[in-house]
Amino acid sequence: MTQIFAYVPFKNGVAEDVALEFPGAAKKIDAGASVTAVVTGSGADLDKVAGELTKVYSEVIKIDNAAMAYPNAEVVRKALTNIIPAGAIVLVAHDTFGMDLAPGLSIKLESAYAADVVDFEGMDGSTLKIVRQELGGAVSTHVTCDASAGAVLTIRPGTFAPVDGSASGAVVDKSGDAGDLSAKRTFLEVVEAEVGEVDITKSDVLVSIGRGIEDEDNIEIAQELADAMGAVVSCSRPIVDAKWLEKSRQVGTSGQTVKPKVYMAMGISGSFQHMGGIKGNPFIVAVNKNPKAPIFQVADVGIVEDILEFMPALQEAIEAL
Amino acid sequence: MEILVCVKRVPDTAENEFELNSEGNDLDRDDLVYSVNEWDNYAVEEAIQIVDNLGGSITVVTVGDDEAEEVLRREMAMGANNGVLLSDEAFEGSDGKGIATILKAEVEKGNYDLILTGAQADEGAGQIGGMLAAMLDYPYASLVNKIEPADGKIKVGREIEGGNQEMNEIELPCVLSIQTGINEPRYVGIRGIRKVASVDIPVKGAGDLGLDAGSVGEAGAKIKRVDYFVPDLGDGAEMLEGSTDEIVEKLIEKLKAKGGL
Ligand SMILES: Cc1cc2nc3c(=O)[nH]c(=O)nc-3n(C[C@H](O)[C@H](O)[C@H](O)COP(=O)(O)OP(=O)(O)OC[C@H]3O[C@@H](n4cnc5c(N)ncnc54)[C@H](O)[C@@H]3O)c2cc1C
Ligand SMILES: Nc1ncnc2c1ncn2[C@@H]1O[C@H](COP(=O)(O)O)[C@@H](O)[C@H]1O
Repeated sequence: MTQIFAYVPFKNGVAEDVALEFPGAAKKIDAGASVTAVVTGSGADLDKVAGELTKVYSEVIKIDNAAMAYPNAEVVRKALTNIIPAGAIVLVAHDTFGMDLAPGLSIKLESAYAADVVDFEGMDGSTLKIVRQELGGAVSTHVTCDASAGAVLTIRPGTFAPVDGSASGAVVDKSGDAGDLSAKRTFLEVVEAEVGEVDITKSDVLVSIGRGIEDEDNIEIAQELADAMGAVVSCSRPIVDAKWLEKSRQVGTSGQTVKPKVYMAMGISGSFQHMGGIKGNPFIVAVNKNPKAPIFQVADVGIVEDILEFMPALQEAIEAL
Repeated sequence: MEILVCVKRVPDTAENEFELNSEGNDLDRDDLVYSVNEWDNYAVEEAIQIVDNLGGSITVVTVGDDEAEEVLRREMAMGANNGVLLSDEAFEGSDGKGIATILKAEVEKGNYDLILTGAQADEGAGQIGGMLAAMLDYPYASLVNKIEPADGKIKVGREIEGGNQEMNEIELPCVLSIQTGINEPRYVGIRGIRKVASVDIPVKGAGDLGLDAGSVGEAGAKIKRVDYFVPDLGDGAEMLEGSTDEIVEKLIEKLKAKGGL
């Protein structure tokens, strides 16, 4: 029987949503697999999350150590390396912590590694069939993973259907097995993102621009359309990287989470890190000059046009209403 | 500070519409435009700024075929001092672990204080830096968007969810994966490229690196790509067609209905 361990991230005693998605992913690997949750941390928060997880998992391993009060990937990796048995499959979220932890964990466990898995198509012997995406979502690919010596797999948050918590599992305390947790990297503090002049999270309509805007001077074109619509201008990450707009305007996993009624994606390709910041199922309009842009797979309405010509045309028509 | 920056030649997502080849098992690569992985330019720029402040030198390295040399030259035109191309038929078909194994062998031939990679490349994996660090037993931080060198240590900021920044202190030598936005990579003109056009770039194979061919390439790979495909994600968007005026008119109706106007 395949042994699967799911490393569950949490904040303030509450598990991240992906905790409910791991069991679904595990089922797609092997319907008969036993799935154990693993949580690391310290004190009351850890106990709280471990207790909650017994509603979802039949076994929850907790590793309590003050060195993991803040999740330092190097420390967590050491603890997991001492606790996960050889040959197991380990599921980790493909988020900023998972990206920090998982590649090195696979080396220390001497197992295979596949990142950002969006689907599993079962297991043939010890060969796993995995679906991934490349090139910012422009193409998908099937890969095989030789899991005969185990595997560490990061799964994309939000892609596997969540399960209902109907288990009544038990917490197993393995704090004593964590071993030496000294590290060459020390956590200092979290610096919160700056609050900007404009709060894009409050707007019902967003005109959001991506790299397709091509030039800083063209941002005015989007601003004029937004003004005509009574909307606010938001953007994808490259616009902030180029310092054309402030960070607080960025939509995505490393920016703001927005819940507008209407989201106008102008020259945005639709990477999962961008789309991950759009919640509440808004009406998404995508304008992109590439008919194969991945955004057209997730938008409600798609338009193949040059945004630099389309936005002024739309603005004019709206102003004439 | 001696710095090694790992760089990769990748298909440029901004310049290409991706098509599958006739067998459907690979991209149609004939007309693809390649460039250096976006994240790697930020890594090289960061290395240049560190060396400008503290002295030292920068080596750029890539695992790839003959054509991969062009990205090394581009990064040398930016300001890297040396380039190394790791190339061998035995490297073909390497998975992430294979690439990290090859890079590790090269790291051990040098004396680097700092090794930089990009946060991710064309395959969206974000794996090489973390693997390389674990193989070397060096500390690692991913998604780095701030570096402040201090004595024998450095302070690094990691970009975490919501754009918050996690500050860490990390011992040297270490491996860092660099996130976009950490700096503004300098422009490289034709002139810069010309200046480094005839600089010698050593090429090293499995033998030079002391690598057992079975540990890398297809032979050592646990992860193997079977095919590429275009996913069928249900209906996708309703595409509005016609002249621009017609499209605008249809869109306005929809926007009115959805509360967009
Ligand atoms: C850890 C991590 C976190 C990240 N967090 C975020 C995040 O929070 N938010 C975010 O946005 N990204 C984030 N990213 C980056 C993300 O992976 C993508 O690189 C980014 O979203 C791409 O932005 P884009 O769509 O604007 O650019 P591109 O992918 O370059 O797409 C530009 C699009 O514009 C189209 N286009 C070009 N010119 C025109 C024109 N004139 N008219 C019409 N269309 C045109 C092109 O066809 C293309 O589809 C993150 C990455 C990592 C690794
Ligand atoms: N073939 C390669 N040669 C050198 N460096 C690489 C190679 N592949 C990946 N890297 C490095 O690893 C980073 C992350 O890539 P990846 O782990 O493939 O997403 C890249 O930005 C490069 O710095």
